[in-house]
Amino acid sequence: MRNGISFYRIGAVLIKELRQLRRDKPTLGIMIMIPIVQLMLFGYAINTDPKYQPTALLIQDYSPFTRTLLAGFQNTDYFSMVKVVSNDREGHDLLQKGEVQFVITVPTNFARSIIRQEKPRLLIEADATDPTAAANALSALNGIITKALEHDMTGPLAALQPKGAAIDVTVHRLYNPEGFSRYNIVPGLMGVILTMTGIMMTALSLTREREQGTMENLLSMPVKPLEVMAGKIAPYVLIGYTQAAIILLAAKLLFGVPILGSVGLLSAALIIFLICNLALGFTVSAGARNQTQALQLSFFLIMPSILLSGFMFPFRGMPEWAQSIGSLLPATYFIRIVRGILLKGNDLVLIWPNAWPLFVFMLITMAIAMKLYKQTLD
Amino acid sequence: MSGPSPSPVIDVHNLSKRYGGKTVVDRLSLTVPRGHIYGFLGPNGSGKTTTIRMLCGLLTPDEGEGTCLGFDLRRDAEKIKRQVGYMTQKFSFWEDMTIHENLSFVARLFELDRPDERVEAIMNSMQLTDRASQLAGSLSGGWKQRLALAACILHEPSLLLLDEPTAGVDPKARRDFWDEIHRLADQGITVLVSTHYMEEAERCHSIVYMAYSRLIVQGTVEEVIAQSHLVTWTVEGSHLMDLMRSLEGNPAIATLAPFGTRLHISGTDEALMMKALAPYMNNETLTWSRTTPTLEDAFIHFMAQHGERGGKAA
Repeated sequence: MRNGISFYRIGAVLIKELRQLRRDKPTLGIMIMIPIVQLMLFGYAINTDPKYQPTALLIQDYSPFTRTLLAGFQNTDYFSMVKVVSNDREGHDLLQKGEVQFVITVPTNFARSIIRQEKPRLLIEADATDPTAAANALSALNGIITKALEHDMTGPLAALQPKGAAIDVTVHRLYNPEGFSRYNIVPGLMGVILTMTGIMMTALSLTREREQGTMENLLSMPVKPLEVMAGKIAPYVLIGYTQAAIILLAAKLLFGVPILGSVGLLSAALIIFLICNLALGFTVSAGARNQTQALQLSFFLIMPSILLSGFMFPFRGMPEWAQSIGSLLPATYFIRIVRGILLKGNDLVLIWPNAWPLFVFMLITMAIAMKLYKQTLD
Repeated sequence: MSGPSPSPVIDVHNLSKRYGGKTVVDRLSLTVPRGHIYGFLGPNGSGKTTTIRMLCGLLTPDEGEGTCLGFDLRRDAEKIKRQVGYMTQKFSFWEDMTIHENLSFVARLFELDRPDERVEAIMNSMQLTDRASQLAGSLSGGWKQRLALAACILHEPSLLLLDEPTAGVDPKARRDFWDEIHRLADQGITVLVSTHYMEEAERCHSIVYMAYSRLIVQGTVEEVIAQSHLVTWTVEGSHLMDLMRSLEGNPAIATLAPFGTRLHISGTDEALMMKALAPYMNNETLTWSRTTPTLEDAFIHFMAQHGERGGKAA
């Protein structure tokens, strides 16, 4: 076979890459450390449902109702009563300084108004500069107030119980009943980390050949673009699988993320996703003159993969134009696939709507990468 | 040397290459017979490297036709690559791999039979065996050059294209290298080697001189010197620099070059030159003798001559 693709030559390139990788210990170390460090950082640090938020109290009427109510607040775990203030201004001051997230004001004659069925006004002021931080706590409030007060409306006060009280709103949080952010973040991290290392490593590996002049040597020898690409990609596929395994283990053991679906199916999706990123890295290297440029270009692709893929912000919450950009990123589909398989136990049929775009993406990026790999120095 | 082959190994006509409006190689025609060592000379930026890259299929010529080893330069780049050993100007093997790993990678890319044996054999003949497991990046210039040559001849090419292979290599290693080149040529391998060293040029069967993107002159050393039509005088004595200063700019003098206690003075018109030198000929402190111009005299003359004509082509 003189003209076809030679697996023998792919093997030769592969062995060369492995040898070079083996001698590049810092890079190897970094690639193993990246998933671990990022998991620790993001897995533990990012929480979109913060609990025990500092709360100040302005109590202008001490009564059993007040006590019950406050106990109810504390039971939600969202509020941590850290301060009692004596007037409005003090409360606002704390909010402004950011020392507390909430100020709860129990108005004067609170108990009397309840008994008189005058529907007293309980004022909760929230620091809404970060809306997500306050949203869940606030939504938990409604239920508490009715529940807590019911408790006190017994005996002679039973008549005060709100009759057939409107509607009982129940929220079911599917797949993540406790609302753990890490259930969402850890699978998403798999997509982000693999995008990062995949694009960067191949982009660097090819520009390094050009920068050090070895590309001229490679081009002067009878090896075809696809062979170079396959041989260079293969080691990073292995590394990608190692990183995925580390993330999956940590997800299970450290973060208790459920793995409901098939790991085999995940592995199959993984290889398509890895090839997408590695081919993207190849494409990046074609546009970069040196390794610094390759890194900068890689980040140009990595940033949207973090911000617009649904990893950082809810995909449906983004404006349409941002969603369209997100829809062009392989990470978007892969993150959905991982979340689907791990948290929802999705099978092939269920991940298919996200799997085929990934597959198409892989074919297109590979074609572009090979087109851009120049066989001459022109 | 094996008998002359009817068809030349390199046979190209009017090759041109431009980069962004600048002509780097201008209508170059070259014929190299089999088993010859062709020295490729010329100042930096004269187009030598570009020509070599076009010959081995790394660059596509913008204009011109030709064959290399009987294969068309444009259509059969792949076939040319299989039979050409190209040594780049800058060391271009993988510095984080050992000599053995580099060679065995090359052997496999060329799909050689029994690659390991071939690698062992080449390491033996190039005396690389002792350093087989040394990283290429840690080798000195001479050893790097040896590794590069070994890798170039590993697949037994019919044509070697060597781009300044001896730059930065010590005299002993250079001599060994040239002995090796002659041995290979004797086996019928054709060699095109670019160099800046005159004594290396003199070890070639023929030389090709390029300047300002054009081929200026070619032939044996004697032919090239003859084509310069130079008359050269050597002066020996003291205060040579004064003499040099007073002769500088004289239209009768083509080149002036000091060599230790001697000064080489060359010109193309003997009568004019004699007139210019006459006032100094009787000076007792100076000893005059007529000599044959050296290759260097000839090249510097060519360069000056074509620089004037070529304008700012450099």
